[in-house]
Amino acid sequence: MSIHIRDISKTFGSFKALDGVSLDVPDGTLLALLGPSGSGKTTLLRIIAGLEFPDAGTIEENGADITERHARSREVGFVFQHYALFRHMSVFENIAFGLRVRKVPRAEVQARVEELLGLVRLEGLGGRKPSQLSGGQRQRVALARALAIRPKILLLDEPFGALDAKVRVELRQWLRRLHDEIGMTSVFVTHDQEEAFELADEVVVMNHGQIEQQGTPDAVFDKPATPFVMDFLGNVNVYHGRVENGRAFWHGIPIDYPDYPHAQARDARVYLRPHELEIAPAGTAASRPGTSLPARVLRVTRSGAISRVACRPHGSDAELHVDVPVDTARDLLLQPGVQVSITPRTPRVFIPGPEYVI
Amino acid sequence: MPTSRTATIDPSKAVSALLVAAAVAIVGLLIVVPLMSVFYEAFSGGVAGWWRAVAHDPDTRHAIWLSLTVAPVAVAINTVFGVAAAWLVARFRFPGRSLLISFFDVPFAVSPVVAGLALVLIFGRQGLLGPTLAWLHWKVIFAWPGLVLATTFVTLPLVVRELIPVMESIGPDEEMAAVSLGASGWQVFWQITLPNIRWALLHGIVLANARAMGEFGAVYVVSGHIAGATDTMPLRVEKLFQEYRQPASMAVASVLAGLALVTLVVKFVIEHRLEAEARELELARSTDGTTHDATLEAAGP
Repeated sequence: MSIHIRDISKTFGSFKALDGVSLDVPDGTLLALLGPSGSGKTTLLRIIAGLEFPDAGTIEENGADITERHARSREVGFVFQHYALFRHMSVFENIAFGLRVRKVPRAEVQARVEELLGLVRLEGLGGRKPSQLSGGQRQRVALARALAIRPKILLLDEPFGALDAKVRVELRQWLRRLHDEIGMTSVFVTHDQEEAFELADEVVVMNHGQIEQQGTPDAVFDKPATPFVMDFLGNVNVYHGRVENGRAFWHGIPIDYPDYPHAQARDARVYLRPHELEIAPAGTAASRPGTSLPARVLRVTRSGAISRVACRPHGSDAELHVDVPVDTARDLLLQPGVQVSITPRTPRVFIPGPEYVI
Repeated sequence: MPTSRTATIDPSKAVSALLVAAAVAIVGLLIVVPLMSVFYEAFSGGVAGWWRAVAHDPDTRHAIWLSLTVAPVAVAINTVFGVAAAWLVARFRFPGRSLLISFFDVPFAVSPVVAGLALVLIFGRQGLLGPTLAWLHWKVIFAWPGLVLATTFVTLPLVVRELIPVMESIGPDEEMAAVSLGASGWQVFWQITLPNIRWALLHGIVLANARAMGEFGAVYVVSGHIAGATDTMPLRVEKLFQEYRQPASMAVASVLAGLALVTLVVKFVIEHRLEAEARELELARSTDGTTHDATLEAAGP
């Protein structure tokens, strides 16, 4: 089922949680609402579920206006951040709840709950109380309970937020496979960009109650539409430079920037991710004045197969972060104190002022 | 070496021993001994004498009966009000909310006698609603409805005060989950809200009942103390005492004290359950992701 959201606004007291948000979720998509806390992503999710009502705007499901429809009759499965399992009921009764209030015959309830227990890999745990389960198991009970009523849309609020790293990754991959199998339109909220990018077909980045960018993970990561998206996706070197005559200047190094052909210089911010910088020992062919930046290595830390190198450009107190494969770092003998030169590869430039934001 | 013996005693231990002794002495002197002496006096004529005093005096019998009917009605009103008010305050934010919460405490702050007088001023013959009630032939003051009103007034905060913190700590998520699964308002209340607050509610009810049974001041003012008509148990105790019928007075008092002891036991059991529930809530909230999910490893969906 497709969802069409038009110009939704919602205010809590004096706080504008959503400000004219429009969003299309195509049928069968797994979409991530990504943003910092207070960006309005959870409010938007709750409005889709009918747990909140917008001050303005409309929501359509398959072309039918459901803006005023009560949560009870929306046929939406909602998984809460802290699961919100019914504490006094067994796992079985939790999953059966939506069927029982729909007066589904007893035998059918039994069969459906058994089927779901199998789907979420909790066979034989139907008699347990939620407090007797691990975090990941509770999460899957919450999911089974939401799926029991055969919803047309599945909504998940920070589905992995309360789990530790290992369980989180396992559940994430499992949820992706589950989605591919069921093929239901699903929307989940997260503040974790890695989670959004790994899991979703489509990522929506939100900030201050507005959508900053919507697109596939590749599109959002490779072509961030705004400085906020660039910043939020994390791990980025920012330099406050300038643009003029079709060139941007990064630590004095000119970089082609044909989007700004004007002669008048303007302030600009140049963004480079750590893997978009090349590092070479000083004095080699790669280090040419004017195209590369001389610097000194401050620290080298290891993160999995990547070495994170922190450098300080000469005559500056800025810190640049460069990611290189561990082997490269070893070959180049990178260690604190070593002189290197750094070459920018694919920078993104943002000029303050709305007319120049690319 | 005898000198070092006293020096090794931890001074904080001596202080705590002293405090414990003081507490025991105060509790003994103010609570246990007086209570025991009530029972001692009540049974000074033997069990037969006690039974005669309690069961054979028609006015005393009526007083016990009256207390046993007024208190449950007042508690029932309190329960309905308490649940509704706690739900309103715990689930919604509205202007004047904190003012409303303070108003729930007014019956605790106001002397019960003042409460009784206020009821007389409104429902009495010369009161605000007096003419209307006279025209309807409804007798409130010096009658059963007045006793219920006064008792309800003084016990009003007990249930709602008990429920607000519990409902706030549980939060609205379970209720919203039930709604999104298709439950109606009543289904949510009976199947989710009520089971979650049941022990706190029972605790409030027990406290309200104990207070309702023992209420004296407010009831004294509105009852007109008509023996065999509007005298509740505490009023009966006082009247017998004033009539120099001490053994009979103590016998009725021992019934009240006995009810209080039963309340204490029930309260103890319920508090035990409440603590267990609070621990369970804590456990359910804990980010217990440390256990590796072996169930996931089996295969994909």
